[in-house]
Amino acid sequence: MMSSIPMGHGLILAGILFALGLAGLLMRRNLVFILISIEIMLNGAGVAFVAAGSRWSQPDGQIVFLFILATAAAEVSIALALLVRFYHQHSTLDADAASGMRG
Amino acid sequence: MLGLLWLVPAIPFASALALAVLRFPRRVVAWIGVSSITVSSVVSLLVTFSFLHTPPSAISYTQVLWTWLDVGGFRPEIALYLDPLSLIMVVVVAFVSLLIHVYSTEFMIGDDGYARFFAYMNLFVASMLVLLLADNLLLLYLGWEGVGLCSYLLIGFRYRDPENGRAGRKAFIVTRVGDTALMIGLFLLYRNLGTLNIQELMQRASQHWHTGSGVAIAAALLLLGGAVGKSAQLPLQTWLPDAMAGPTPVSALIHAATMVTAGVYLIARTHVLYSLAPPAQFAVVVIGAATLLIAGFSALTQWDLKRVLAYSTISQVGYMFLALGVGAWPAAIFHFMTHAFFKALLFLGAGIVIKSLNDEHNIFRMGGLRRQLPVAFWTFLIAGCSLAGLPLITAGAFSKDWIVWGAWSAANGSGGLWIVAIVGVLLTSLYTFRMIFLVFFGEAHTQAVKKPGYAMLAPCVVLALLSIASGYLKTPFARFLETVLPWNTAGVHAAPITEITSEVIAALVFLLGAYLSYAFFLRRRAYATRLTSSTVGGVLHRFWFSDWGMDWLYDRTLVRPLVWLARIDKDDCIDGFYTGVARVNEIAWRVLRRTETGRLRWYAAGIAAGTIVFIAVVLFL
Repeated sequence: MMSSIPMGHGLILAGILFALGLAGLLMRRNLVFILISIEIMLNGAGVAFVAAGSRWSQPDGQIVFLFILATAAAEVSIALALLVRFYHQHSTLDADAASGMRG
Repeated sequence: MLGLLWLVPAIPFASALALAVLRFPRRVVAWIGVSSITVSSVVSLLVTFSFLHTPPSAISYTQVLWTWLDVGGFRPEIALYLDPLSLIMVVVVAFVSLLIHVYSTEFMIGDDGYARFFAYMNLFVASMLVLLLADNLLLLYLGWEGVGLCSYLLIGFRYRDPENGRAGRKAFIVTRVGDTALMIGLFLLYRNLGTLNIQELMQRASQHWHTGSGVAIAAALLLLGGAVGKSAQLPLQTWLPDAMAGPTPVSALIHAATMVTAGVYLIARTHVLYSLAPPAQFAVVVIGAATLLIAGFSALTQWDLKRVLAYSTISQVGYMFLALGVGAWPAAIFHFMTHAFFKALLFLGAGIVIKSLNDEHNIFRMGGLRRQLPVAFWTFLIAGCSLAGLPLITAGAFSKDWIVWGAWSAANGSGGLWIVAIVGVLLTSLYTFRMIFLVFFGEAHTQAVKKPGYAMLAPCVVLALLSIASGYLKTPFARFLETVLPWNTAGVHAAPITEITSEVIAALVFLLGAYLSYAFFLRRRAYATRLTSSTVGGVLHRFWFSDWGMDWLYDRTLVRPLVWLARIDKDDCIDGFYTGVARVNEIAWRVLRRTETGRLRWYAAGIAAGTIVFIAVVLFL
């Protein structure tokens, strides 16, 4: 059967992926890497859904993963457009350069 | 026909609303402003004819429009009450307003805010009619405050001059003192008698309260406070002379003919209450008598044409109060009517004079205008004679002689009051002819540059006719009013003189005043100058000129201590508390703004940390 991998392992993998993504998001200053980090976090969430779905032998987890993929695609397309505009404005991809709204 | 009554106040109100909200060219503004009052007057006439032709039962007609509010048994209605008293007042107010509106179409033509002027004036007329027609005291109070508001707005009409705004505020605040007393009076009446409907109130008052009971006296005195404020009587008369800062038609309409007599109307309307409270009625007598003398002396010393007329108005309203106090109710209302005609005319004439001399107010710089402004002269002369009381011809003589006679013969009259009234006649005659001689006779100092047009002259002519003709209505007037305001016959004592004797003496005093005026101000101006330059004369002149030092007194005893108190009390503990709240907020802002770095990653970290905290709370607590 398919359920040879225990759910705990899947969730641990998901947690590691999510934590890695978050760490990348917080540490990297380059917007491209921030975007990649977000993708990693999304995939971590996806892994968690798939693992949970296989634990209950339900297809829902995989369906939700498809939704996540669609969201991620939409998000990336917009984010890349923003990134291009950002580069035009600031001539850099450093996220900290856009700090004009500090209090 | 009587069913049309609601239109009388409704039309001016609708027109005021239209003029305030929409924009029209000047010609249309004048047309709307005047035609609304015209329709209102015509309707009031129709109502009058219907009322006279087929008098409703109980000689009064109530038109309930709707219930204003209904809270815990308190159920005032928007209802109009028509009886001979309110009918007379409404007709006079509507017609004098109409004439003054016609006059204003030309008088105000050069002013900015032409539409604003007519909107305020129409609103004033509507409020005044509501005041007169009100069936209960709450609705009356609405009209009362409405006319006060319009008075304030119109005194400060030319608001670019801060002095006009100050005069408007003064009028509003001083009358507000009286209005507060009136409001407390309403509370007291409602608390004790459980209604504010005037007729029921009077009925219950005479059932529940015996003559001279404390509550009745308190209520009557509180209402008197309101009347004193609105009618510019002692000790609240100081606002009226300053109110002359308003345009002249406003002075004619509000501060002479109509609004200042609202107090007289209030007392006449609630006269049952005053009959129950002899001390309060005595207070009315004292206030009326004192005011008519004090204002008469002040009028003698003013150099501003409009201020002479203002003091004269105070003095004449004093006569009405005197008549109310002694119990000569119809005489007071009759004097209201004739006074409305001749005093409005005097103001309109003064407006013509002042405008034609390019805003010259000083009567000592005028002179010899009778050839340059003949119509204004003749109408002003007629009105002046009516004010001073030229016997047999003018209306003012009939009404004033009636009051003078009542001062002795009516229930609370006495010889002393009669003498006060006669001295008042002398003063009136003196200051009236002083004004006429200085303005229209003597050699011409100035040239009239602007001639008045027909819109300004026609109302003057009509009012001049009324100033004469209305006097002959005395007998039918008294009979008509008798049903609601009977001449107080309780305890009438035979005066040692007859009515004819009293009238003859008044006529002689009038002639004496006219002659003294002639001697001092036309033939030998030097006499008057010598009189004011002597020590005693100079002091008296200054004292009377400053309105017996009342303004000075109020400034020292009320205004300055209040301002001083406000200044030292600026930083008390309550203010400290609110300042403290503001300070704490400011510190919090200074601290928290440091977290707003503008760095995206910090915000992301904040969101992540927050999420972790929430999850921890959910999991472990």
